[in-house]
Amino acid sequence: MHFTDGIIPEEYRRYIGWKSGFLFVTAGVLALSLLVAVSLGAAHIPLADVARSLAGGAVSKRFEMILWNIRLPQALAAIVAGAGLAVAGTAMQSILRNPLGSPFTLGISHAAAFGAAFSVMILDGGVMASTHTDAVTITSPYVTTGMAFFFSLLAAGVIIGVSRLRGATPEVMILTGVALGSLFTAGTMLLQFFADDVQLAAMVFWTFGDTARASWSELGVVSVVTLVCCAYFLCNGWNYNAIDAGDETAKGLGVRVDRVRMVGMLLATLLTAVIIAFLGIIGFVGLVVPHMCRRIIGSDHRFLLPATILGGGLLLLLADTVARLALAPHVLPVSVLTAFLGAPVFIYLILRGQRA
Amino acid sequence: MSLSVSRVAFGYNGHKVLDGVDFELAGGELLAILGPNGVGKTTLLKCINAIHRPSGGAIMVEERNVLRMRPDEIALRIGYVAQKSESARLTVFDAVLMGRKPHIRWKVRDEDLRIVDAALKRLHLDHLTLRYIDQLSGGELQKVAIARTLVQEPKLMLLDEPTSSLDLKSQVDILTLIRRVVDEHAICAIMTMHDLNTAFRYADRVLFLKDGRIHSSGLTSEVTPAVVEEVYGLPVDILTVNGSPLVVPAA
Repeated sequence: MHFTDGIIPEEYRRYIGWKSGFLFVTAGVLALSLLVAVSLGAAHIPLADVARSLAGGAVSKRFEMILWNIRLPQALAAIVAGAGLAVAGTAMQSILRNPLGSPFTLGISHAAAFGAAFSVMILDGGVMASTHTDAVTITSPYVTTGMAFFFSLLAAGVIIGVSRLRGATPEVMILTGVALGSLFTAGTMLLQFFADDVQLAAMVFWTFGDTARASWSELGVVSVVTLVCCAYFLCNGWNYNAIDAGDETAKGLGVRVDRVRMVGMLLATLLTAVIIAFLGIIGFVGLVVPHMCRRIIGSDHRFLLPATILGGGLLLLLADTVARLALAPHVLPVSVLTAFLGAPVFIYLILRGQRA
Repeated sequence: MSLSVSRVAFGYNGHKVLDGVDFELAGGELLAILGPNGVGKTTLLKCINAIHRPSGGAIMVEERNVLRMRPDEIALRIGYVAQKSESARLTVFDAVLMGRKPHIRWKVRDEDLRIVDAALKRLHLDHLTLRYIDQLSGGELQKVAIARTLVQEPKLMLLDEPTSSLDLKSQVDILTLIRRVVDEHAICAIMTMHDLNTAFRYADRVLFLKDGRIHSSGLTSEVTPAVVEEVYGLPVDILTVNGSPLVVPAA
């Protein structure tokens, strides 16, 4: 059977062109926002100097130091973490076929935070100090990330187990996530209870998600993991579309549904764990960004996944910039701002969706 | 094209759903699987497609055992229309394009898009090209699922109650199309159904399942009232109207 009498509908070409254009524009806005973000701060660096320095040209020593040692790692950490959390949220929503899926709502973020705190406090995986920017310095990134991953995996395993139970509704899964979140928060509190004053202050500060603590080496680790995971998710866009159409339809199209689910969940969990181990808990990005992008560009994962990668990076970069500037010279943790921005936006999206 | 199902068995939790199902199908044949609810009609389709792994038996498509093929190899040979298709925020065109997945390597080719357009036209869905499928009626959604299977270009089509949510005209349109595709391309098709009269009208052969076993099978013209009564427990008469058999409950 082979149909040969079709044409390519012009309206479909335009539609796909619009989606591709949206991705290019978002990528452009992201690049421009990066330039603006690193130029803004207590010390203003002119955009021309930023561009010159990034292109390898000479600018003043002071600007160069601020740019390369402080602002650029922070801005890039915001982009990478935002992209990673958003794509992990999109993957989880598709894998679990649950619109409320995200590392934060499923308790995976809290599990990762507990694992990282456990490593730092019990396994000496890091040094705690009560200074402003270096509350916790991770000296053993592999141990800390490993522990964060282990506990996130534990949480993800419980979620997958519940999702496989007959009759497990999205509400049940989210309630399980709430329970897991509470459990791991309690675990973190238990660690805090036995910490001394300096450790306690450092741990509390550390649980606030903050991109300022990322150095180039930490950014490197997070970036590599994020890139690998993003590449995997992008390659599986068709598979996620097929799973959206139902497990049986997906299997009929040759998708190894169980394997795609398992590997996707593992990578989404690993990605979340690595980001949280180095930057702390940053909520709502993984939940809100996929929904925002879905409303704009639809559920076709071929476009949705790159859109959430770009959108997540852009949202967290903007939030991070506002967090740096809003109460300057004090710097707010970006997680506070993402929650302040994310919650109302999400409620608005829900209300708008119901009216539609 | 040929299909051979031999001694297929399937069960779960100690409960036998299928027990030694045997039949063969040649290219250009349309088989209707009939029987009361819960006799294993859908399970049999899922076993043929290896969505369920049978506990015994073999399923040969073009002399190759389906149970030893990779899922992508199966998808190039067998298309499956599930009883229920989930809705998502995908356009009709993209939802049907998904059926080209087994043929697409890295990039969608223009040929894939042309095939989708042709399928949409055959199913009179071309006016809905950019409509999101979560805005479609149940019948339109079913047509999208069938179009998706057509663009998969299978040698064997499995359709699980393909007309269950369609109005009368759509039922006739869909079954006429399936009949034509089977005849023109000499592929095999198997559909599960509850409506005996529709099955008799469009299928070449029927296969009655009862308690996980084949009760009887044969040409539609060979079905007797006694067979229907034994399978469904309801006395019936079979009349002939316009040359087609018509099953009615006995007066």
